[in-house]
Amino acid sequence: MNSLKRRTFLKGTAAISSVGFALGAGLLTPRMVLAAWPKSAFESKSVDDALTNLAGSADLSTNEQIQIRAPDIAENGNVVPITVETNIANIESISILTEKNASPLTASFVLGAGAEGFVATRMKMGKTSDVIAVVKADGKLHSSRKEVKVTIGGCGG
Amino acid sequence: MANSIRMRANLEGDVTTVRALISHPMETGMMKNKKTGDLIPAHFIQEVVCEHNGNTVLTSLWGPAISTNPYLSFRFSGAKKGDTLKMSWVDNKGESDSAEATVA
Repeated sequence: MNSLKRRTFLKGTAAISSVGFALGAGLLTPRMVLAAWPKSAFESKSVDDALTNLAGSADLSTNEQIQIRAPDIAENGNVVPITVETNIANIESISILTEKNASPLTASFVLGAGAEGFVATRMKMGKTSDVIAVVKADGKLHSSRKEVKVTIGGCGG
Repeated sequence: MANSIRMRANLEGDVTTVRALISHPMETGMMKNKKTGDLIPAHFIQEVVCEHNGNTVLTSLWGPAISTNPYLSFRFSGAKKGDTLKMSWVDNKGESDSAEATVA
């Protein structure tokens, strides 16, 4: 039993140090591997940092052509349905950020050939927050936001 | 392991709507085990790739803030009835799964 515990402990420390290493590497050479999961963006603590790490810029222009469909009041923050729809041309990606979550970046959808400007999923929200949809098209970032009130948070322990 | 992905693809006009449900715990790493008080390690899907005829139509990059048993829906054009669509996911522990669906 004792050795088992030590094993999990060792595993834990190894995992933590590798995270630290990856973070360090990420800071030194940002966007080194484009195709891989953007760890630094998902771990960023603010919307601006997350966007800079994800798209190289946090320069957003509000665009009416992006529609966010999410409930005005979400009773359960664990499952908040969200749909982002847009008819902007030449979309490269659609990202969803929740301003007041510990790590705002929730998801980023990279659209391939033929994909329409439509994605829907369900997400967790810690508390009432603005949800921001960021659409990258022709290298520019377009955004729209919507407030979702959360009565029971989805990130508590 | 039973397949973790349930996927449907429906063609309407020339737009295919894909809807998928994946069974996955999606642990954030911030929740505590209520009995022991220990943190439950993060375990979440990081990437979901959907392919049609060998072309990637959508790459979803997810953080831990996607809900448990994730739902994903998207639309694309260019598919015909009977075409095969493939979806696969990879999580932060390196586990993965994939499934195929026929466009109906």
